[in-house]
Amino acid sequence: MPDANVLPDATTTDGALLVLAIVLPAAGVLLSFVLGGRYAERIASVLLPSGVFLATIIFADVWQSDHQLIYIIGDWKPPLGIALRADGLSAAMMVTMAIVICAVAVFAHADFGTRAGSVEARAPFAFWILLMAIWGAMNLIFLGGDLFTLYVAIELLTFAAVPLVCLDGRAETLQAALRYLLFALLGSILYLVGTALLYGSYATLDIALLSRRVHMEPATLAAATLMTIGLFAKTALFPLHLWLPPAHAGAPAAASAVLSAVVVKGSFFIVVRLWFDAMPGMLGPAGAQLFGALGTAAIVVGSVVALRQQRLKLLIAYSTVAQIGYLFLMFPLALGTVSAELQSSGALAGGMLQAISHATAKAAMFMAAGLIYAVLGHDRIAELGGIARAIPMTIFAFALGGVSLIGLPPSGGFLAKWLLLEAAVATGQWWWAIVMLTGGLFTSAYMFIVLSRAVAPPNAPLEPRIAVPRYQEAAALALALTSLLLGLVALGPADIFGVGRPDSMMGGPR
Amino acid sequence: MNAANLFGLCGAALVGFGLYGLVTNPEPLRKILAFNLLGSGVFLVFGVVSRRAAASGLGGDPVPQAMVITAIVVAFAATAMAIALVLRLLQETGRSTLNADNPGGTNTDRGNS
Repeated sequence: MPDANVLPDATTTDGALLVLAIVLPAAGVLLSFVLGGRYAERIASVLLPSGVFLATIIFADVWQSDHQLIYIIGDWKPPLGIALRADGLSAAMMVTMAIVICAVAVFAHADFGTRAGSVEARAPFAFWILLMAIWGAMNLIFLGGDLFTLYVAIELLTFAAVPLVCLDGRAETLQAALRYLLFALLGSILYLVGTALLYGSYATLDIALLSRRVHMEPATLAAATLMTIGLFAKTALFPLHLWLPPAHAGAPAAASAVLSAVVVKGSFFIVVRLWFDAMPGMLGPAGAQLFGALGTAAIVVGSVVALRQQRLKLLIAYSTVAQIGYLFLMFPLALGTVSAELQSSGALAGGMLQAISHATAKAAMFMAAGLIYAVLGHDRIAELGGIARAIPMTIFAFALGGVSLIGLPPSGGFLAKWLLLEAAVATGQWWWAIVMLTGGLFTSAYMFIVLSRAVAPPNAPLEPRIAVPRYQEAAALALALTSLLLGLVALGPADIFGVGRPDSMMGGPR
Repeated sequence: MNAANLFGLCGAALVGFGLYGLVTNPEPLRKILAFNLLGSGVFLVFGVVSRRAAASGLGGDPVPQAMVITAIVVAFAATAMAIALVLRLLQETGRSTLNADNPGGTNTDRGNS
């Protein structure tokens, strides 16, 4: 099908929307700097909802036209110029991330709100600017059409994410941020070596052009390996996950939600771009099985360590390590065992849905944990008794998030795991089905531990330290409900993930 | 051995030294220096890529040069941020080390908002 999907050299109608999706957050950040700290929240509260609106328009556009949206910057065509492209994957991820970031902004109003007339404080100023920067960097990752733009985007994302870890400036969080930064820097430099090697071999980094020129040779293999290791370090895939739990657990609740739900998905998305779009068919059965094995190790190690945690936020952070593992089961299941070609687009949709439902569920759970901490003054799991009576709505949101992580119907996690299981059966890889089911058991176990403590009667009468604002609970519950109802997309736009997948994936020149 | 190969090997050596330093040194400041060494090696590789594409009569391919400038800016910003974190850590705790015996985050158990 030699159409716009394959020949990436013309701006489509509405392509300018893609530029807007990147310019808006950048303008918000710059404007906040110019106007000063007290305006940052107001600017964010205008821009973030319009971001959801914009992402929805792009999503509807891609879905209805059944084609990519393309914008060629300055009309300089690749390989010299830079293309922005929105296919089904990017449109779906953009909408999800915009919604999650918006909900986090509502939640964060309590902690980082700046009232009119209050003195300018550093932490709120930094938080709102970093939130908008993360939103912009994620949009650039989803839309960037060449590997070097993706490098710049992932660096922007890292620079926005690291300060979020240490917003409160305590020594532990500073250490966690520094460790995170060092892992991320190693990851980005490995990715950069890969882009140099690829450019040296094929004289382009444009993903669509590269997919037609690339062929298996030592330089390509070395480049792809280095880039993948670098991205694994940034995604915190086992065994490069050591930085994640202290960083995500130590950050303020709103920041944890963004880091766990949004930021790790950025580098994961680039892994998907790399292996499904830039180098289709190059991963090979052995490589795909290795990805799956690392994912399995992440699920097992993350879950077992999560079970042994005594602090709620650390438990949720280790649960993120485990859930990241699920994302990488997508690779062996989508690619099959015999040939290197895409065998199951269901597995691809399942993997992306897993990313989306984890984003919504995990953000809700971190928000709930933040509220629990605010009420109790601690988050020791053993002493959670009575909390379900004090803030029932929050515990309900936490439980719904857990339902999605475990994969009970009708949650998004259920649909994702269903699609992955179906692919496991269709491609005859029963071992991944066992991994998924075992992982579900582990998840149920640690969710049960937390919830059974939460509904237990308190040892001493519980005195809430603060009254939790209702809108904070509502933000967590809204995200948890989104995650729960995501399973219903099976009735509608689940096929969005296929839009913009070139047919050449099945047999392009290589 | 022509100049491109020589520079390529130098780049590879720098990458090797930097990677070794980044992985083995426990001190954050040394890790940051090692990262910069590693980065310089990668930038040199970009230069080689640019020069090798010059066979078509140009003095050098400008695209890798543009990329390497961006990468240098990024590495500079990253270094500045890492140094700022180390400095702040020094002000808070009086030392600038990462506890190497703390992979699972046990001492961040206290950490919360």
